[in-house]
Amino acid sequence: MSVTDPETDLQPIGSTSRAGDTIFRGLATASAVVIVLALAGVAAFLLAQGLPALDGAGARSYGYDNIWVYTGPLLFGTLLASVIAMIVATPLAIGVALIISHYAPRRFAKGLGWLIDLLAAIPSVIFGMWGIEFVARNMVPVYNWLNDYLGFIPLFAGPVPTSGRTMMTAGLVLGVMALPIITAICREIFAQTPVMHQEAALALGATRWEMIRLAVFPYASSGMVSAILLGLGRALGETMAVALVLSPSIVVSFNLLTAESGSSSSTIAANIALNFGNASGSKVDALIFTGLVLFVITFAVNFLGRWVAARAVKKG
Amino acid sequence: MAKSIDVSDLNIYYGDFLAVEGVNISIKARAVTALIGPSGCGKSTFLRSLNRMHEVIPGARAEGKVMVDGQDLYASDVDPVAVRRQIGMVFQRPNPFPTMSIYENVLAGKRLNAKKLKKSEADDLVEKSLRGANLWTEVKDRLGKPGMGLSGGQQQRLCIARAIAVEPEVLLMDEPCSALDPISTAAIEDLIHDLKSDYTIVIVTHNMQQAARVSDDTGFFNLRATGEPGQLVEFNPTKKMFTNPDNESTESYISGRFG
Ligand SMILES: Nc1ncnc2c1ncn2[C@@H]1O[C@H](COP(=O)(O)OP(=O)(O)OP(=O)(O)O)[C@@H](O)[C@H]1O
Ligand SMILES: [Mg+2]
Repeated sequence: MSVTDPETDLQPIGSTSRAGDTIFRGLATASAVVIVLALAGVAAFLLAQGLPALDGAGARSYGYDNIWVYTGPLLFGTLLASVIAMIVATPLAIGVALIISHYAPRRFAKGLGWLIDLLAAIPSVIFGMWGIEFVARNMVPVYNWLNDYLGFIPLFAGPVPTSGRTMMTAGLVLGVMALPIITAICREIFAQTPVMHQEAALALGATRWEMIRLAVFPYASSGMVSAILLGLGRALGETMAVALVLSPSIVVSFNLLTAESGSSSSTIAANIALNFGNASGSKVDALIFTGLVLFVITFAVNFLGRWVAARAVKKG
Repeated sequence: MAKSIDVSDLNIYYGDFLAVEGVNISIKARAVTALIGPSGCGKSTFLRSLNRMHEVIPGARAEGKVMVDGQDLYASDVDPVAVRRQIGMVFQRPNPFPTMSIYENVLAGKRLNAKKLKKSEADDLVEKSLRGANLWTEVKDRLGKPGMGLSGGQQQRLCIARAIAVEPEVLLMDEPCSALDPISTAAIEDLIHDLKSDYTIVIVTHNMQQAARVSDDTGFFNLRATGEPGQLVEFNPTKKMFTNPDNESTESYISGRFG
């Protein structure tokens, strides 16, 4: 570009910004295409490799009668671990989000929010090791207590392993991992509650908690649902942490506190991580099929979460 | 039921900023007191200090005495939540709870106090409050519909119904008509006139005619200069304020020469 001519001197400003627009538009379009292609590629791969396992028996379904006998218990375990995670994470996340948005002094709230965000940045292997080394070991007394006093409920039947590596531990670790995303979304929505409605409640003589029930929760309800679903999406697909805590097994069991083989469930993600390395031939297909099932479920949950959020935006 | 309010040497701060300084005022029971003055002179701030609503703003605090029928509003053993149940407030913009029906909106405050409300008691209270707010005939056939579905003026009367459903002793209104059309405004002014027999009412307004029409006493707030705290310049019976005010600045404000 020549800078000598005053006529063209003005030109570059306009043209570079237009060029910038073009470049940016190109980049944005390209990334969108890449994302869609990657997603389609993953789906196609899972379908192509996994679907043949559908009508296989014997070796094609890992030695089970058919693929569903193999996948079913894993799917069950996945859902069980995720449900425990959500039961633990949801009240905690909502509580922490409320502390940040409505209870704590501003500076403390900022620090706490930052700390929770940091949790999301921890690699899941670390969570897995923490699960084995810290959560599992330290929860053993709690598990024993639950087993002693509530052991008559099948959920809490024993024996409790000394390692503490149980479904409950896996669920707890997953809960901690799902905490940041739920907290972050809830905190955001709680803070957006119109001051007008909060003041309406306070002026009627509501305590802070009553104000939260009258004004904040109704405003935030669909956002909270969507936050929980997105957290669930994370818990469902999480691999490393669960793989490190649980041993693989193909059992449907509500037993949360034992590690006896034959009486504790495992999850799809953990099962893939633990077996994929040794698998070959049609066993790979069977594993990929379980992956396909997981993909469909996490996709559906995430989609539902976003749909609820989008609907809430339109309504509000 | 209605109570009088005596304020002496009240200063109100937002953090270090002194927003309102040295207010002395005696608000009569069963009367309407209007507060007028230019924007930013602290009318809302002062009004909120009368039911401790300013305390929900971080850093806001008040010094001085506010006595409600001889009881110190700021005594250390007084719970602001209890204060707000006795001294209700209606805001500039109608703010019914958006997810609640008309019926539930009216009961929202009452449900906080009463543990369990019988259906018949609840029905009676809703009717009585809506009648009290001159809204009953307009909404009696759609009590289950959302409060947000009403017109602005109806919403504001719904908010008044909600405020009187908890049977407060004092009703504070911060520019309750400023978002409304003249017909809704007239409806609310009529309502204020009716409510006067049961409640002590304090209303902030930018509308001189409105102050003259609805109030018994009028207080004029002003700033000595920008950046200075707001002060209560003059407080007198409304008739005197609008015909023969003591203070020169009151006269020029009312006659529209500034503000
Ligand atoms: N939340 C707040 N934080 C800090 N300062 C505030 C806050 N609210 C009001 N102020 C300040 O206090 C002073 C009085 O404000 P206030 O809202 O009471 O005025 P007003 O008389 O009600 O005005 P208007 O007629 O515009 O409603 C103003 O200088 C304003 O900037
Ligand atoms: Mg104001």
